[in-house]
Amino acid sequence: MVEGSKRSWLADAPRLLLLAALGLLLLMPYIWMVSASLKPLDELFRASLNLWPERFHAIENYSKVFNQIPVFQYLWNGLVVCAGILFFQLLFAVPAGYALAKLRFPGRDFVFGLVMLGLLVPPHVPALPLYLAFSQAGLLNTYAALILPFTISVFAIFLFRQFFKALPDELVHAARLDGMGEIEIVWRVILPNAWPAATAFAIFSVVAHWNDLFWPLIVIEGQARATPALGVLYFRSDEAGDDFASLMAAAVIMTLPLVLAFLFAQRRFVEGIATTGLKG
Amino acid sequence: MSDSIAAAPPRHRPLVGEALAGLLLTVPAGIAYLLMLLLPTAATILLAFTDYELGLPGFAWIGLGNFEELLEDRGFAIAFRNTVIYVGLVAPLSILLGLGAALLIEAGIRGRALFRAVFFLPVVSLTVAMAAAWQYLLHPTIGPLNAFLRTLGMTAPPFWLSSSDWVLLSLSAIGVWENVGYNMVLFLAGLTAIPRELHHAAEVDGARGWLDRFRLVTWPLLGPTTLFVLTITMIRSIRVFDTVAVLTQGGPNKASEVLLHTMYKEGFTFLRLGYSAAITLVFLAMVLGLVWLQTKALDKRVHYG
Repeated sequence: MVEGSKRSWLADAPRLLLLAALGLLLLMPYIWMVSASLKPLDELFRASLNLWPERFHAIENYSKVFNQIPVFQYLWNGLVVCAGILFFQLLFAVPAGYALAKLRFPGRDFVFGLVMLGLLVPPHVPALPLYLAFSQAGLLNTYAALILPFTISVFAIFLFRQFFKALPDELVHAARLDGMGEIEIVWRVILPNAWPAATAFAIFSVVAHWNDLFWPLIVIEGQARATPALGVLYFRSDEAGDDFASLMAAAVIMTLPLVLAFLFAQRRFVEGIATTGLKG
Repeated sequence: MSDSIAAAPPRHRPLVGEALAGLLLTVPAGIAYLLMLLLPTAATILLAFTDYELGLPGFAWIGLGNFEELLEDRGFAIAFRNTVIYVGLVAPLSILLGLGAALLIEAGIRGRALFRAVFFLPVVSLTVAMAAAWQYLLHPTIGPLNAFLRTLGMTAPPFWLSSSDWVLLSLSAIGVWENVGYNMVLFLAGLTAIPRELHHAAEVDGARGWLDRFRLVTWPLLGPTTLFVLTITMIRSIRVFDTVAVLTQGGPNKASEVLLHTMYKEGFTFLRLGYSAAITLVFLAMVLGLVWLQTKALDKRVHYG
């Protein structure tokens, strides 16, 4: 086990074969999705097991998607929503996490108790009253409706508190001796040191909200503010019908951005999910 | 603002400024917490004891009326049972496969990054889009899976997502597929935390072969990780919604109805907000129950290492 690096290919073969078999099984949906997005419809209906198309229909399939739904609008909406959510989550959670970790103030234990309590409540629980409130305020079908409920992440506060607690107190003391106020300390000392926790949390947050369907389905109607998840759903029910070829093309297009980001920053993604997962 | 003297021990600095800053820095988060989490959650709890319907004027307090109706509601009973079955299938299977994948990846050097990326891919893929891919893969007539089964000689392969016998199993398979990579990453983190010397020590003490080492060292030390992964996977899978909403909408004939989808339908399709809130509370109670069980198990556990 320990000497893995020294083992010959032959001794390593069972392990690699097993992993390859399992991996191939997990990749099946991707393989067939891409394959179907390249084929003409009549070839799909013959249900042959050839992955390679007899006749390439990729241009037709993909251009159908771009012609019939506002792909870039959906991707842009997804970007705005994820960036907006992350911005406010960090804006609220970094100072609060710092205060809970390094400052003594009345009610600190109470605040931390509220954070722990909040960790127990899944986001689906406040959904009904939030919908009512947004609908009363005329905020349905807006970015605000998509972003506001997630501006507070008790999980982020918890994560940053744990992270800041591990930072040496001397860092803060030195800054105070230099005459910095607490706000300035957050901005100039804590924030630059928060990057590892912030990256991990950012990945966790973006993956969660890029993929979310539940909340966008509740507050959004129509294409103008639809996120990529809603976009695929609309395309599936309205435009595609039984046209699996262009539906798979749409699925490829909408899946690609986050998957590409993952492939470029694999290690960070995996570490991000591992840290946030284990702390949660 | 701080007039502390360098020689003074850090615990005795002037407290007023620090206390003020502490309050000031938590206020923005506090307001958002109040408006977006605490008040709406309290409102959901209150709503569950009313007969409020969107569009109807006024509402009445009906006490436990909604919960009594839930007990009689056949649709809810099915959704509850299906959710339990789904969690009962997805959690153990995705944990076993995740643990297996993590152990296999950790056992050698070759292909680590590659396989880790492959197994993790479903976690970062747009769930709705991948649900569409699964719909094609599992399609009764044109789907590759059934085409493959027919070449194996199966004359009438199952209709998967459109068969009430198979739909819950199919959704569970998709759920396992979604969660394996996530669990693998958590197990990999747990495995790297086990000191290598312990494996050597076990070998010196006569633990021969991989299985002995796993049984004596890896598994006991992985205990806390496993308990944690079990809880988090159950909480993740109890929330199943996307695949149901995209692929089956609870059908055919309620065979794939699950808690959150029932809550969504009652609240946002039938606009029975009070009833939907009651279902939300059942969902919350299940999540809290799982967390409580985890804490109980943690209390009992003997800590090694």
